[in-house]
Amino acid sequence: MIADKLPMKTYRGTILSYTVSFCPGSRNAFRRMNDTHRPRPHCASGARLLSALSLLILLCSLLLSPAFAQDWVRTGSGLGVEKVRLAVPDFKPSNSDPQNDELLKTFNDTFWNDLDNSGVVELISKSFYPLQVPGQPPEVTFGAWNSPPPNAAMLAFGNLGVAAGKLTVQGWLYDVKNTASPEVLGKQYTDVPSSDAARVMAHRFADEIIFRLGGGIPGIAESKIYFVSDRSGHKEIWVMDYDGSNQRQLTHLSSDSLSPRVSPDGSRLAFSSLTKSGWDILMFSIDLNRVVSFPRFGGTNLSPAWSPDGAHLALSSSRGGNSQIYVCDASGANLHRLTSNKGPDVGPAWNRKTGAQIAFVSGSTGLPQVYTIEADGTNQQRMTDQGYAVSPNWSPNGQFLTLAWTRKYGPGEPGSRDIYLMDIASKQWVQLTHDGGSHDSPSWSPDGRHIVFESGRSGKEEIWMMLADGTKLHQLTFTGHNSQPNWSWK
Amino acid sequence: MKHQTLKALATVIALAAVLMLGACHKKTAPPPPPPPAPAAPTASISVSPDTIAQGQSATLTWQTSNATDVSIDGIGAVQPGGSQQVNPTDSTTYHLVAKGSGGTQEATTRLTVTPPPAAEAPPAPSPSEEDLFGHTVKDIYFDYDKSDVRADQQASIQADMLFLNQHSNIGFTIEGHCDDRGSTEYNLALGDQRASAVKNALTTAGVNASRVKTISYGKEKPFCLEDNEGCWQQNRRGHFVYQK
Repeated sequence: MIADKLPMKTYRGTILSYTVSFCPGSRNAFRRMNDTHRPRPHCASGARLLSALSLLILLCSLLLSPAFAQDWVRTGSGLGVEKVRLAVPDFKPSNSDPQNDELLKTFNDTFWNDLDNSGVVELISKSFYPLQVPGQPPEVTFGAWNSPPPNAAMLAFGNLGVAAGKLTVQGWLYDVKNTASPEVLGKQYTDVPSSDAARVMAHRFADEIIFRLGGGIPGIAESKIYFVSDRSGHKEIWVMDYDGSNQRQLTHLSSDSLSPRVSPDGSRLAFSSLTKSGWDILMFSIDLNRVVSFPRFGGTNLSPAWSPDGAHLALSSSRGGNSQIYVCDASGANLHRLTSNKGPDVGPAWNRKTGAQIAFVSGSTGLPQVYTIEADGTNQQRMTDQGYAVSPNWSPNGQFLTLAWTRKYGPGEPGSRDIYLMDIASKQWVQLTHDGGSHDSPSWSPDGRHIVFESGRSGKEEIWMMLADGTKLHQLTFTGHNSQPNWSWK
Repeated sequence: MKHQTLKALATVIALAAVLMLGACHKKTAPPPPPPPAPAAPTASISVSPDTIAQGQSATLTWQTSNATDVSIDGIGAVQPGGSQQVNPTDSTTYHLVAKGSGGTQEATTRLTVTPPPAAEAPPAPSPSEEDLFGHTVKDIYFDYDKSDVRADQQASIQADMLFLNQHSNIGFTIEGHCDDRGSTEYNLALGDQRASAVKNALTTAGVNASRVKTISYGKEKPFCLEDNEGCWQQNRRGHFVYQK
């Protein structure tokens, strides 16, 4: 049974118990910290504690009210109120090479944007920074950073310079409240002097910081988003960096290609395309940059989905009459039917943690609803209670579904399709988008902190992303119509 | 003389004033609107003449009542009643959908366009099988999110079946289409189910299944692009395509 309205208390309880069980041992470590009331964020013995606490902070801030989150954070992690207060002054030029200015702008913009989007730090506005910002460790004046106005817990700084045909970036992360031993991280990157290289370096250093301040979960700055775009005149599969930069076309089939799904190892892309024989599953090798062979099943074949081990695909096929969910090997062999419902079944999504269940959409009772079924075809369960529910996508931790849902549908109910998050065990849900027209195709980021989706809120179908609590909503595509985003697995 | 001109002017002004007053007077006290009774809409459509030669035009006339939303296939949203000059190059069936609070009513009329007088060699070739197919075989329309053939579409199915059984050498494709409110993937599966439903209706009635292909276009190839029920209905259909 699904509660009509989410009882916040119960939901918090669910999340908390999940958090604790996700990090065994964190409870004891936590209690120890409560006794001492002493911040020890970076010592070796506190490493697990730090990651456990940061995870708590993350989940609290993502899914609970700030007031509740503070109870957990104030107990002495030394990391600030809700999120780590991080100051990120622009990196400085390390020499006077004329290429530095442009590369610095690319680096600084990308780096700031990555940290801002991460959801694990609170970036301190640059207007609070002292006039003299450091480019090297000796230039750090602790008092100017660790007390108000910036009142930073952490400081990320560094320098960039082109010399002898090489671009070098040095970056540091300092715990500015720990003046005795401030260095958390020091990194150096060298590559050819290009804006692409500067962007990659910014992504890498941002990911290092997010990994340390975000509970040991790898950052997503180097992840990719696959999507459908019609800007070439046909619906083709495209790819972009997670921040919307570097958009490029992968397929050139001059037909309709839909539902891109990248394999867990990032080497292949399964999608559905209109061929001479109808809608077929096609396979694109990202390594070879071309379509490779994959069997034709007959009927209408849609919405392929990779199992988390990359060994199987689930898909929708009407080869036997109605559209039903089928499973086959990654090669297309051993195709067998999983569901046997009356209505069209489509849009399968595997449990990304266990690979043991598949969520899918079925119209067998009228308007489409989201169901789950064991990967062996048993125990079909209806998840949504009403309305028009489509496009389920499983969170990386296996705990949640995100889906597109019009909860009230019908004459006199001009509800729009919004993105929702549902706790699988309790079927409790929260609405993540509001008042923005029609939304669809949500897909989780590898770190489980973000969701990318398509939305008509700008007036036409474009790709947007947000934190998994519905905040930090921003648009990634602007040219043509863009839809069905699929986030890479890492 | 000047005096006379002034007098004439005064007369004109006085006359105009009287006319305007009269006009104003007419506007008073409109009768109170009758209590709303949700009556079923009615619709009729006709074309005159119903046969023209290519290049000529005909007048399409339609009348509806109790309808808030009226549209004609190929023309779009129209006033509840009216007429319009049309000059299609091929024979055309005009399909009127009138939608009101009391329901939906449809009406069709057909304008036959004869080819231009054959000035050259082949004197009046009989219409090709493809033309006959295009003129005779009717598309099947569906309700929202449904893939079963509605009762009001059975007449079309019967007519299609009759023609297809008379021309048993024709192969054809049934395209399943959906309106654009649903989700892309689900609509493709739904369109597949609609095409199959039409195919099943024909094969049960004796049309050989090997003549029939099906394809779903979901919401990828809409017939009509407006955001209203008349348009959505146009897009929820099984569409017949002659196979060469």
